[in-house]
Amino acid sequence: MQLLQKRNLLVIIVTAAKKCCEIKLKMKQSEFLKTVMPFKDKVFRVAKRLLVSTEEAEDATQELLFKLWRNKEKLKEYKSIEAFAMTMTKNYCFDRLKSKQASNLKLVHSNYKENNTSLDRQVELNDSVSKVHKLIENLPEQQKLIIQLRDIEEYEFDEIAKMLNLKPTAIRVSLSRARKTIREQLLKQHKYGIS
Amino acid sequence: MELANIEKLLEKYLNAETTIAEEKELKNYFLNGNVAPHLEEYQALFGYFSTSKNERYTKTIQLKSQKQRWKWLSVAASIVLLVSVYSGYENIQQRKAERVYTETIGALELLSTNLNKGNVAIAQLQRFEDTTNKIFKQPKK
Repeated sequence: MQLLQKRNLLVIIVTAAKKCCEIKLKMKQSEFLKTVMPFKDKVFRVAKRLLVSTEEAEDATQELLFKLWRNKEKLKEYKSIEAFAMTMTKNYCFDRLKSKQASNLKLVHSNYKENNTSLDRQVELNDSVSKVHKLIENLPEQQKLIIQLRDIEEYEFDEIAKMLNLKPTAIRVSLSRARKTIREQLLKQHKYGIS
Repeated sequence: MELANIEKLLEKYLNAETTIAEEKELKNYFLNGNVAPHLEEYQALFGYFSTSKNERYTKTIQLKSQKQRWKWLSVAASIVLLVSVYSGYENIQQRKAERVYTETIGALELLSTNLNKGNVAIAQLQRFEDTTNKIFKQPKK
């Protein structure tokens, strides 16, 4: 009789503790997701810009969000979690690219085919828009990243400077270089198209 | 928007001197259609920027890794093991106590029956003494 009571008590305590933990975890999760939601697409786009393939970018995004989740206690110390996430994304992608080069598995855009492109997308890709995509593709990594952060994600120079740990003037210089290169190439193609 | 203004903004844009607001102005101009012929090459550029911005991360975010699940499982398993060992130990202890109890009772019963046998013998002895007393000690009275 006494034994049964003891056992029941133990079971009750264990289940209560478990429930408590679960509720706490869920609260934390939803809170975390709320802070992450606004910039998860940005992380994904930046990763895709650098890693080229959609699948790799998805993996990178997942990995990054998980890393953030694991370090959620430290996140409070940062002023801008978004900027911190962007820095992490940049570092992660550069690491991936480096390890790929080291293992001789360089990803070349021409031999990579996206398997989920719809017809619309393909038509669009044949368009002049895809030309721009390729032009950006051919830029050096740093310029690629800066174009992405400034012209697509529309961050201020100060923010980009913090993310990349560079001076704003250095960013302006390489951004200007990138924009001019793209413009020249476009102009060339445009002229060929007309004549 | 006048063309001169746009041209000036483009010049600034190429030198990376435009602000975000000015760049938005440029985007609006080039996305609205009526683009001057000599600026057409920019249309693709700004068009590309705005379509790129619409790309979304559509997969669900997983916050639990496989590793962590295993960790939790092992914690749960060890708790279960601990509880079962504890209750099993209690059970064994209880059974041991019961066995000892029954054994003692048996022993005590044995003792009491044997004692009772002794009692009967002693009672007979008493009768023997009584009769001897009757026989030998009566004359003294």
